Amino acid sequence: MRHVAPTPPRRKLRVATASLAGCFGCHMSFLDIDERLLDLIDLVEFDRSPITDIKHCGPCDIGIIEGGVCNAENVHVLWELRANCKVLVALGACAVNGGLPAQRNHLDVGSCLARVYRDRAGGEVPDDPELPLLLDKVRPLNEVVRIDFFIPGCPPSGDAIWKYLTDLISGRMPRLEHPMLHFD
Amino acid sequence: MTTREAALDTVLADLLARHGRDPGRLLQILLDVQARFTRVPPEAVPKLAAALDLPIGEVESTVEFYSFLSRTPVGDYRILFSDNITDRMLGNQTILDHMAKRLGVRAGEVSEDGLVSLDTTSCTGMCDQGPAILVNGIAITRMTLRRADQVCDLVRNRVPVAEWPADFFRVEHNIRRADMLLGADFMPGSAVKAAIALGRDRFLEEMRISNLRGRGGAGFTTAVKWEAARNASGDERYVVCNADEGEPGTFKDRVLLQYYPERVFEGMALAAYAIGARHGFLYLRGEYLYLRPMLEEKLVELRALGVLGRSIFGVGDFAFDIEIHMGAGAYVCGEETALIESLEGKAGRPRIRPPFPVTSGYRGLPTVVNNVETLCKVTEIALHGGAWYRGYGTKQSTGTKILSVSGDCARPGIYEYPFGVRISQVLEDCGAVRPRAVQISGASGQCLTPREFGRRIAFEDVPTAGALMIFGDHRDMFEVALNFAHFFRHESCGFCTPCRVGTTIQAKIMDKIAAGHGTQYEMNELEHLHEVMRTASHCGLGQTAGQAIADTIAEFRGDYEKRLARRDFEPAFDLDAALARAREVTGRDDADSRLVEEGWQLRETTR
Repeated sequence: MRHVAPTPPRRKLRVATASLAGCFGCHMSFLDIDERLLDLIDLVEFDRSPITDIKHCGPCDIGIIEGGVCNAENVHVLWELRANCKVLVALGACAVNGGLPAQRNHLDVGSCLARVYRDRAGGEVPDDPELPLLLDKVRPLNEVVRIDFFIPGCPPSGDAIWKYLTDLISGRMPRLEHPMLHFD
Repeated sequence: MTTREAALDTVLADLLARHGRDPGRLLQILLDVQARFTRVPPEAVPKLAAALDLPIGEVESTVEFYSFLSRTPVGDYRILFSDNITDRMLGNQTILDHMAKRLGVRAGEVSEDGLVSLDTTSCTGMCDQGPAILVNGIAITRMTLRRADQVCDLVRNRVPVAEWPADFFRVEHNIRRADMLLGADFMPGSAVKAAIALGRDRFLEEMRISNLRGRGGAGFTTAVKWEAARNASGDERYVVCNADEGEPGTFKDRVLLQYYPERVFEGMALAAYAIGARHGFLYLRGEYLYLRPMLEEKLVELRALGVLGRSIFGVGDFAFDIEIHMGAGAYVCGEETALIESLEGKAGRPRIRPPFPVTSGYRGLPTVVNNVETLCKVTEIALHGGAWYRGYGTKQSTGTKILSVSGDCARPGIYEYPFGVRISQVLEDCGAVRPRAVQISGASGQCLTPREFGRRIAFEDVPTAGALMIFGDHRDMFEVALNFAHFFRHESCGFCTPCRVGTTIQAKIMDKIAAGHGTQYEMNELEHLHEVMRTASHCGLGQTAGQAIADTIAEFRGDYEKRLARRDFEPAFDLDAALARAREVTGRDDADSRLVEEGWQLRETTR
């Protein structure tokens, strides 16, 4: 991969990231940009993100979200990022299409819960208000809030994420082409 | 072994014998199995795979692919409503709801006693005499509430479909304007004799002079195709007649097959003569099953006449015969390479081209695939010569074109015009009622508005496979585009991602707009999606799947905008309702078990 040195913006952009119903694989792939993380740190600062462990985000320029929407908490996180980020990016197959977790969509969520907690564990379905309630189906992000950019792939490669982010940061229309654009 | 299994074995053994244990006839065998058991029983799959020496996965894939085959039983009476926009405009929804109520079964379901199942299907090619249904594969036209009641009674009393009133099954030709093809008398055998008198090379030369171009939509020059197949290397060559007329709004091939079958078959024989083929296939769409007995009879007649058979009309090396293959409800099989896959018994997924069928088609051998109408045209050229033929039409589009006219007009039906006819002329002749738009060439074609009605039907201007659907000024063009979006979602073969995913997202967005939850965001998404599908899809289906939407957005944006919500964005579904089931199971009703967008930030910060 050619080392792309983007023009630095006037001020550091604020970036938030979150993982909803995903496997953190896209975040791992994000870390795969390796030493370019150091270049990135010169260009952006991180707000809410697993990297910083900040729990709620303030006004940001870019929000990057991995994973689909499977429960009420996911919806709240998504709302929070949408309200605070100028640009929201859906990262990876689950965020774009629901992905693997959406395989439960042809099952009734009620009977799933009953099967796991009642039939197999012999207890009751937990009703602790601390636990986020499950949605009947796992949804892609764009069915819940407006999404500005989509990066497909399971996961998208570190190179693809780097290309996309540096395009965005430099104010170019982000574009992925073969072989970086793939859906699997 | 249970008696049921023994019965299955007997039937399978009989079918396998009848189809000569040919793996290429898998789809034909499966269609027979479906007809016999109202489904393809799961235990039949490994048995067929073993008998035909095919992987189980391939048999499964074929069963899954075609919408007329099903793994779960359909009713003893399987009623399918043609759901093209023209059927909708004629009120098929009302009739479907009425029948559902009377039969006590919902659309998409089978009645509890297994007697009847009700569902919709893509356009069945009866747009000029709809609303149409298929009962156990046989077409019934001009449905009314009264006729629906009669059908319900017949089903309830378990009267075999063969004994239903013949009037139900009457399919009119509705030929409103006949020109050089539809208006001419034809003596069976005359065209083949004429070609033989000319000799192969001179006949091909006449074809070249005629500049005949394919009538299926692509407009490829027929003589070039034939010559390529003739010059390709291979021990066998094949002629295939593409009678998989699936494009919504098109029904001209149905009329040609029903009323001019000699022309079609003789056109195939002429192609065979030109390229040196011995075998031909007529690939007939499943919806036209009712034509099959008549076509088989016609083949017998032509064999007796000597138009088909060995050393045809005394030419020693000219032997040719035709076999009819049935389709099974897959629009994509109209694409020639998908059709060839289907002929080989497989799922109809388009192949990668090149190689083109002319060098590597059926079973990897040189194959010519021609449209029904093209083959009819060939007989004219054999009889009258290429120069005569060129005298009709325009420079690049010679001869006449048959149009299937439907929608809001006084005289829907078949119109044959020399190429170059203005759309306004067609509209005047068919008595169009205050047309607001015309959809040319079906769901994958283009949508024209009154300011373009002066344009001409020809490859140089408005190319068409023959469909012309008229929408009066009281029609909502969003409904038209919505219907097409559902059509493409159903018909995408699933092979390539842009089309498989794109057609589904497109239909979802259209449904969201229809439900009043669309915003400007969805409008942008539709245009973006069309661009992705157009440039990245594997075959024409995906490439054109967003065309009607793009056209109607460009011309009739108001029909979309009146449905848009005023907000920046609306979720695709009711968020709070999506939690209802989990609330029920956990028995919770606290604040966190609710999703209400208004004021959520306030609650977050004060907790």
